[in-house]
Amino acid sequence: MQISGAQMVIEALIAEEVEVVFGYPGGAIMNVYDEIYKQRSFQHILTRHEQAAVHAAEGYAKATGKVGVAMITSGPGFTNGVTGLADAYMDSIPLVLISGQVPMSLIGTDAFQEIDAVGISRPCTKHNYLVTDAADLPRILKEAFYIARTGRPGPVHVDIPKDVTAQIAKFDYSKEVEIETYKPTTKGNTRQIKKAIDAIAHAKRPLLYLGGGIINANAAELVREFSKMTQIPAVETFMARGTLRFDDPLLISMLGMHGSYAANMAMSETDLVIGLGARFDDRVTGKLSEFAKNAQIIHVDIDPASISKLVNAHFPIVGDVKNVLEQMIPLAKEQVDPKRYEAWHNTIANFNKLHPLSYTEEGDRLKPQWVVERIGQLLGDGANISTDVGQHQMWTAQFYPFTRPRQWVSSGGLGTMGFGFPAALGVKRADMERVSVNITGDGSILMNIQELMTAVEYKLPVINVILNNNFLGMVRQWQTLFYDKRHSSTDLSIQPDFVKLADAFGGVGYRVTTKEEFDAALKDAVEKNVVAIIDVAVNRFENVLPMVPAGGSLFNMMLEYKEK
Amino acid sequence: MMEQTERRVISVIVMNEASVLSRIAGLFSGRGYNIESLTVAPIPESKYSRITIVTSGSVRVIEQITKQLHKLIPVLRVYEHADLVEKEMAMVKIPMSESMGDIEALTHAYNGRIVNVGSDTMIVMVADEPMRVNHFLEAIKRFHPKEIVRSGSVALER
Repeated sequence: MQISGAQMVIEALIAEEVEVVFGYPGGAIMNVYDEIYKQRSFQHILTRHEQAAVHAAEGYAKATGKVGVAMITSGPGFTNGVTGLADAYMDSIPLVLISGQVPMSLIGTDAFQEIDAVGISRPCTKHNYLVTDAADLPRILKEAFYIARTGRPGPVHVDIPKDVTAQIAKFDYSKEVEIETYKPTTKGNTRQIKKAIDAIAHAKRPLLYLGGGIINANAAELVREFSKMTQIPAVETFMARGTLRFDDPLLISMLGMHGSYAANMAMSETDLVIGLGARFDDRVTGKLSEFAKNAQIIHVDIDPASISKLVNAHFPIVGDVKNVLEQMIPLAKEQVDPKRYEAWHNTIANFNKLHPLSYTEEGDRLKPQWVVERIGQLLGDGANISTDVGQHQMWTAQFYPFTRPRQWVSSGGLGTMGFGFPAALGVKRADMERVSVNITGDGSILMNIQELMTAVEYKLPVINVILNNNFLGMVRQWQTLFYDKRHSSTDLSIQPDFVKLADAFGGVGYRVTTKEEFDAALKDAVEKNVVAIIDVAVNRFENVLPMVPAGGSLFNMMLEYKEK
Repeated sequence: MMEQTERRVISVIVMNEASVLSRIAGLFSGRGYNIESLTVAPIPESKYSRITIVTSGSVRVIEQITKQLHKLIPVLRVYEHADLVEKEMAMVKIPMSESMGDIEALTHAYNGRIVNVGSDTMIVMVADEPMRVNHFLEAIKRFHPKEIVRSGSVALER
């Protein structure tokens, strides 16, 4: 089949069974958009900013496990999308970003809307391509999807000069991908696995340390089976929320900088860490030399470079966590005595009793944690939860009753304010049955507020719940704690009228100051089924606790803070 | 406590394609690894190139470097050499006013010779282990070299 480069893009997306593309047109990508206009196989959703297009594709990918697709033009279109690429790279989200580029003859001449796109995306993608001949396009697109979803998933960027999209060449998409230099290991080494099981069988205080790789590998069911069978308690990273049900007796909580006392103490007391798809991030470990000091480490990860990068692994196992668990479960069934850890369970129960994750009600003032819990009570499993970045994000990770993997979509590694709303649009598009809630802050929401228009146009009724404290709350918290209360540029007292703002775009807005009002607003928003903003006035000076100060040891938590 | 730093030679076999060198160089700069020298040339009759990198770091850093290199899609193989033969070439431009006989003798001791003689200057080259090249460059100073160029190391496992 002899077709144009632009047509090839369409044909490849169809062959990859793409059902939705998030994007924004412009000069260099127009040939492809012309072909999008002519086809009916997939939907194109026009976001109102390129960054939002990439975040929406991320949200879609996180919710479905499929490769998200975004499309943008050259120059500023591309640079606007870079934050999304970096975000997807840090959180291992499978994504293909297709960008237009100036024609080949103009590359290197500082042409209008020219930028060295692959030069910029190189450090924030798993791989990237500049297509110089339409004949290479079928192979490159197929490789892009393959690389994005296999191994440790990640974003792949394909930059296509405008003349290449017009060039006619042969299109054959049937060839299997064969990249001699890229063969990810998926099956775990049997000998290492046997040794690891042996260590588990002999440990007194083992601890499952569950990471986001479990969600990526669709291995949550197996993790549930493994923990139930062995009765080994578990802590989850921020990225792993939803792996175990919130009410699973074996789940202690989230660990790390804002993890629970019990989770962080369990990690400090364990004699065997069983790391599954987690990468020992600095927000998890605190001071490295004090992290799980008395423990041996089993580390299962698809990415060899994640193993022994920060914490030395005694039992390194490179492989897809799903495959490795399939190998581990029958061995554990034979060798691990689930009654062995009763004393350890008691220790953890005591930690929990001593300092449970909690907050204090103060009269009529709405507490942000209450709002998160309340959304959980009212919507629970029926909602998918996205967040932006800051205090609201941590409270959501701490207090939302997650029941399943892929229910939780948040920017972990890069910490991108402005991620939540567009990501929630992608999540809604992926799962129309459930309510898509973006829990956000009064700072973050304004970083991609223009997406109200997208939500209205494409009938993606995301409910944005702003935990509004008139502050950039997390930075304010650090300023209070570590900068002697010098609240430099974090006071957001000057604000838009969010109710009118939602209304202006054709959505619905609510201003809420009491619990009753909140319940009524959330119920009404769900019923109205249009994009909504619920602006919740919460306690201004609430802090996220517990807190391990940056660089501190995990067991040295600030558990309360009294205003002096 | 600072971990002990050691010098390492790493060979990387990569697809011979555009931008592969910037991927490697970007990895080193982006992650804060040292490059002492870097050489690259195509492997004859293949679609691959061989990059030889001399770097230094703690054992943990060196292990990360090899793993991160391997993670790059166009990288086929990474050799972290233990037992190797390592050579480097250097060329030096020296004024004709210096004693050609002495220079000839010196370069000869370091596997080298005079390779070009002009009206004002001559060029000598040596090819030897990097440490010996250092010694040579120290010794040649007395002949007032005008320009020095080093190739960077290449290495093969024994």
